[in-house]
Amino acid sequence: MSNEFYRLTVNGNEHEVRDAWAGESLMYVLRERLGLPGTKGACEQGECGSCTVLMDGEAICSCLVMAATAVDAQIVTVEGLSSDPTHTTPTDVQQAFIDAGGVQCGFCTPGLVVAVHHLLDRNPQPTELQIKEAISGNICRCTGYGRIFAAIELARDQRNTPPEEPAH
Amino acid sequence: MAQTSTTTSKRGERGTLGNSAIRPDGLAKVQGRFAFSSDAWADNMLWGATLRSPHPHARIISIDVSVALSINGVATVITAADVPGQLTYGLIANDQPVFAKDVVRFAGEPVAAVAADHPETARRALDAIVVVYEVLPALLDAEQAIDGSFAPIHPDGNVIRRQKVVRGDQDFVGEVVVEGTYEVGMQDQAFLGLEAALALPDDDGAGVELYVATQWLHEDQKQIAACLGLPLERVRLTLGGVGGAFGGREDISLQVHCCLLALATRRPIKMQYGREESFFGHIHRHPASMVMRHHADRDGTLRRVEVRAVFDGGAYASTSSAVLINAVTHMQGPYRCDIATVDGYAVRSNNPPCGAMRGFGVVQACFGHESQMDKLATACGLSPVDIRLKNAMHTGDRLITGQIVDSVAPVERCIRETAAIPMPAPLAQDADSLDIPGGSGLTAQRSNIRRGVGWGVSIKNLMYSEGFDDYATARCHLADGVATLQFATAEVGQGFVVLAQQIARSVLGVDTVLLEPISTAIGSAGSTSASRQTWMSGGAVDGACRLVRERLFEHVAAAHQLDPLRLAIDGTDIVDTRGSLRIAVAEAAPGLVLDETFEHHHRATEELDENGQGNCHVAFAFVAHRAVVDVDPDLGLVKVVQIATAQDVGRVLNPLAALGQVEGGIAQGLGLAVMEEIVLKDGVMRNPSFTDYLLPTALDAPIVVATMIEEPEPQAPLGAKGIGEPPCISVTPAIVAAIRDATGKALTRVPVRAQDIVFGD
Repeated sequence: MSNEFYRLTVNGNEHEVRDAWAGESLMYVLRERLGLPGTKGACEQGECGSCTVLMDGEAICSCLVMAATAVDAQIVTVEGLSSDPTHTTPTDVQQAFIDAGGVQCGFCTPGLVVAVHHLLDRNPQPTELQIKEAISGNICRCTGYGRIFAAIELARDQRNTPPEEPAH
Repeated sequence: MAQTSTTTSKRGERGTLGNSAIRPDGLAKVQGRFAFSSDAWADNMLWGATLRSPHPHARIISIDVSVALSINGVATVITAADVPGQLTYGLIANDQPVFAKDVVRFAGEPVAAVAADHPETARRALDAIVVVYEVLPALLDAEQAIDGSFAPIHPDGNVIRRQKVVRGDQDFVGEVVVEGTYEVGMQDQAFLGLEAALALPDDDGAGVELYVATQWLHEDQKQIAACLGLPLERVRLTLGGVGGAFGGREDISLQVHCCLLALATRRPIKMQYGREESFFGHIHRHPASMVMRHHADRDGTLRRVEVRAVFDGGAYASTSSAVLINAVTHMQGPYRCDIATVDGYAVRSNNPPCGAMRGFGVVQACFGHESQMDKLATACGLSPVDIRLKNAMHTGDRLITGQIVDSVAPVERCIRETAAIPMPAPLAQDADSLDIPGGSGLTAQRSNIRRGVGWGVSIKNLMYSEGFDDYATARCHLADGVATLQFATAEVGQGFVVLAQQIARSVLGVDTVLLEPISTAIGSAGSTSASRQTWMSGGAVDGACRLVRERLFEHVAAAHQLDPLRLAIDGTDIVDTRGSLRIAVAEAAPGLVLDETFEHHHRATEELDENGQGNCHVAFAFVAHRAVVDVDPDLGLVKVVQIATAQDVGRVLNPLAALGQVEGGIAQGLGLAVMEEIVLKDGVMRNPSFTDYLLPTALDAPIVVATMIEEPEPQAPLGAKGIGEPPCISVTPAIVAAIRDATGKALTRVPVRAQDIVFGD
């Protein structure tokens, strides 16, 4: 440990990481040093997707990335998805997970929500199979995925429905 | 933790019983703000870690912690010598050491624990502890535990329990007899939220507060306090957010270690397992072998079941004896059968300990009896559906224990309504590779794929059995139209928190229902297991709310000179059913504060006698599953296409939550059928990771078409049966039957492996 530090840009905010062991994963630093515990860890091997974050727009497993190598990247976590500056209003995807019953224990949910944003931002009209493939790296043990598919389809369909014209 | 506030429901519904009310923890969970136990954090906190045995059976010659203690940042190292109270714990028998003392009995058994300033420092400290072992021969074959050829590996002996079920004419031989030997592999609960806890020592060092992910706070409290040598009231537990459980959090894992480290260092201790350690740190589903002989009349009427069942409980008893009685008492399945000869063993071995997992003994029995029913069907020239309809149990029939099934028992209806669900479309000639067995590996040829259909039907007991009074407690507080509920019911993801709010809204006519933290500050709720919380804690919340309503009515009636029996709740109003009074609940009694606590007990049950006879269970639920699979028989690849199911639920209280339980249970049963197994070699786990222990992904999820059979259960406080376990029970044999149908292979073990399909008989 030393007085050296590095900077990470997370959810648009720059953070200094001080006195850290260089071997710490991005997941550990987000959770334990930057006060962003929304990113979850459940396998340490990139198999379960619970730790999914966006790094320069790509969905990655933050347990597999050393934090110190992410210094030049734009990182977005589940806490930073909302466009509302205080990040309190749920996003369309987050609201769809609630409405469609896609949340049980909720441990896989943050990673899934990030993965679904990544999917819909790149492909606004995914087919059923494209949805399944896109989240096949996110394991859910509670739901059997049925209500998660329903949530993603709900969010997709809402994005593709033009807002109603205001009455004149 | 703050109270959870809530609004009502979507689509303008009030979020009462019967509606898909929105869970109060949903918003926090989707935003990453919900505090799981692994998110707990305290100033000045240290990290705890556990050293585990690499050997399945060994004598501990010495433990040297001196080098570990000298590492900068290491605060303490503790072993069995540092346990101030009882040295062992356990759910039914106190036979599992907090730390191994003289001998280790399974690979993964805790030997020591450390507290350090960083998880990496703690890992290095574990590496620096020197344990000298004398490796002993390991008892790994359950039959050696039974035949007495292996010396006892524990003072309690090598047989944890033997239970027979003997009923009817023991010399009976049927016109048709079919035999089979069936095996079930060791399944893991694989909840996503790893074991984690935060222990905060009291200032005087004579007590501790624990935030922990568990299924039963009060049982943990009892076991922890005994090991710490502290009175119950000095060990206070609050539920940390629980990331799934499925039985795997019923036993103690890190609770005692975490508290011991906190008391030793006088600092907050956080412990959290990684995935590999989680496989070592909790119990699993029992591997089982069953030799079965079914006797029937020529027309397919089931007459007698003969079974010898062996369940490997591993090194410590956990709930093995209860798992065993569930298995032996459900061996006939949801069918009438007058004659039984069942001999069941739960044994001790040097394999990893086994205990509760969703389905609890009935999963194993069901794989056996459903495989046998298909054999009987073939032998009698009946279809799988017809043999099951012919023998379907009805209310008033007896189990092989002699107990009359007085629960609603719509077995026949479950089968018929499942059969009425349309079959899926045939596999398209140009099907995407993701939709065929093996997936995008592009290894299966479309032209090689065969489709199969199979059936499974099951019966599952609800609540605890054999005389256990697993009551539940709840408190309801009402002031100015706002209800506050308190209970110790572990919310593990199933949604009890929203159900409790729905009950209060329905009974009291309120919209805002606050929830106190889930903790030992109130009486026990029993375990979140055995499909029991909707019935038991639901009954307690309902009872507490009804007591409050009674007093509210008395108050309002007195103010209006009415008989309180004339009052009722209509929406959010109190109305006089024989007059004109209508007053909003929120305005009915300004300033009045009502507070009532209620305990719900189910009816008493009995222990089984030596012949396995007795009224040991409280109630039963039933379900039918039909599986459609695609198989590449040359490569042994399987894709489960569709699961059709009709489940006896009593009454649907929250349609979305009920469907979520059904779909989730089916995925776990699919896992046991075709992919999930802890593989042991010489007693050591070979695949304790998510890379090697395979779980169903989104691409493995079948289409689920579910029908809920609503015939309210008179015994149940809300008319609703528990729905958690049935979905995962008969889906496994249904899938295996479908693979048999597609391949003609015998497939007598689960999970079915590629080599079983390709090279099996």
